[in-house]
Amino acid sequence: MSYTPHTEQDVASMLKIIGVKTVDDLFVDVPTKHRFPKLELPEALTQMETMWELEDLSSENLPAGKTAMFLGAGAYNHYSPSIVNHLILRGEFLTAYTPYQPEISQGTLQAMFEYQSMICALTAMEVANASHYDGATSLAEAVILALNTTSGRKKIVMCPGVHPEYRAVVRTYTQGMGVTISGDDMDTADPDTLISHMDDQTAMVAIQYPNFLGQIMDVAKVVRAAHEKGALVCVVTLPVPLGMLKPPGLFGADIVVGEAQGLGIQLGYGGPYLGFFATREKFVRKMAGRLIGQTKDVHGEEGFVLTLATREQHIRREKATSNICTNQGLMALAATIYLCAMGKHGLKRVAELCYHKAHYAADQIDAVKGFSVDRSKPFFMEFVVQCPRPVSEINQYLMDMYGIVGGLDLAPFYSSRKNQMLVAVTEMNTREEIDALVDALKEVV
Amino acid sequence: MSNWTIADGYKYAKSDEWIKQEGGEALIGISDYAQNQLSDLVFIELPKVGASYSAGQAFGVVESVKAAADVNMPASGEVIAVNAELESSPETMNQDAYGKGWIIRIKLSNPADLDALMDAAAYTAYCNERA
Repeated sequence: MSYTPHTEQDVASMLKIIGVKTVDDLFVDVPTKHRFPKLELPEALTQMETMWELEDLSSENLPAGKTAMFLGAGAYNHYSPSIVNHLILRGEFLTAYTPYQPEISQGTLQAMFEYQSMICALTAMEVANASHYDGATSLAEAVILALNTTSGRKKIVMCPGVHPEYRAVVRTYTQGMGVTISGDDMDTADPDTLISHMDDQTAMVAIQYPNFLGQIMDVAKVVRAAHEKGALVCVVTLPVPLGMLKPPGLFGADIVVGEAQGLGIQLGYGGPYLGFFATREKFVRKMAGRLIGQTKDVHGEEGFVLTLATREQHIRREKATSNICTNQGLMALAATIYLCAMGKHGLKRVAELCYHKAHYAADQIDAVKGFSVDRSKPFFMEFVVQCPRPVSEINQYLMDMYGIVGGLDLAPFYSSRKNQMLVAVTEMNTREEIDALVDALKEVV
Repeated sequence: MSNWTIADGYKYAKSDEWIKQEGGEALIGISDYAQNQLSDLVFIELPKVGASYSAGQAFGVVESVKAAADVNMPASGEVIAVNAELESSPETMNQDAYGKGWIIRIKLSNPADLDALMDAAAYTAYCNERA
């Protein structure tokens, strides 16, 4: 079945104008031996057979919903209300492209404007863009913004509590730019040590709140110290904890970024996720990404458009601060629907459930002989457990015996944290599940 | 008749900036043709006072609703004043490109630079051939 709309006459007249006889003639510039290579493809399958083969493959995955999930570390097993998928799977949203023509895109533009507004409300910041691919991208763009607004400074102070993979992405993004990243070659996150790395060459300090280990640090202290040195502060955060914790904007953060997968977006084997980016009005022209603005049309009616497009690479070219000229539209819509459905009270309730369940779990696990929970700092919904045996062995046991997905083995990420597990607890973990985890851990010693 | 005016007594660069010499100093801005092409100007990135640039070098950026464009030095010199009002009222460059829309005042480091520029008549022809 041919899916192209051209008729044979269309093709013939186009070929005539170009001056060739056949479509194959258009490829004469490709050397003969490479022009039409023989593709060793297997025989075509019917739709039925294709479905069977794909279903076989996917059955090798274990959906989070079929396990007791205690793994977090940047992607969380939160509940997605059915209204989210019900709306985002509608064709009008699912297949909509970038809203270049506002006349026919008011629906998606309004949704994105509301997304931006809600991110500002959640983070207590002044302006937010229409989203990035994920939290790591957002942090990298924050670094680029800071480098472009601090007149030649080239140093980034990075807290070790920032997600290890985000830190790796920042290093990838900034390679070849003459940027030094320091402060994260240790295994504990401590404000005073971080402050000792700051100097008048520091463009930006990045901290995470709650940090990768689930801990809450003294953000205000770090912001004060950074601002004294003329450096910007970027706080990496998560939306669900902000249902309970003081938002970074109120601590004086210059940029707030993070991963919004927790807002009704499924774990999906790693994506698609959703990076949010919020900052102060004074930095808006240095901010990357799409930005939706509210305006009036020729009749004086309110409407929404892509705005400040002159920041972006397709207009500013090599002078743009970033090559990003897109957003994560469908996921931003999912997050918007989630926030509308949950409301302020609903999000607060989710946060409280996560906090209290995590603290219940921590208390129970702490009481198991051989295990101890790190209480050195307050935590939100993740905590570090010192285990009596390697975490990989414990997790294998939990999965094989009980179908429980244990927490993250921290040793590969922080070399001195041997036998330490990062346990995450969300509103999805029932008391029975938590108790079952604790009972299983008793068997591990 | 065209949609723009070319002011007499000014010199013009190929990149559509004008320069008005005043002894050892000069005022610089963008021509009426330039503002007409760019349409509504919404933002300007001004240089710092004291910065020096050579002829042809970009010293700032203007942004309209649809484009961002470098503003280049028609002649070499040191910036001795900037029109800070343009930061709050960039539309002044649209309304009065040759007067209140001036962007910077410089101390000329090489007045001979102006010899390479077009006069009003040459610039008029240059604009017309692009229209």
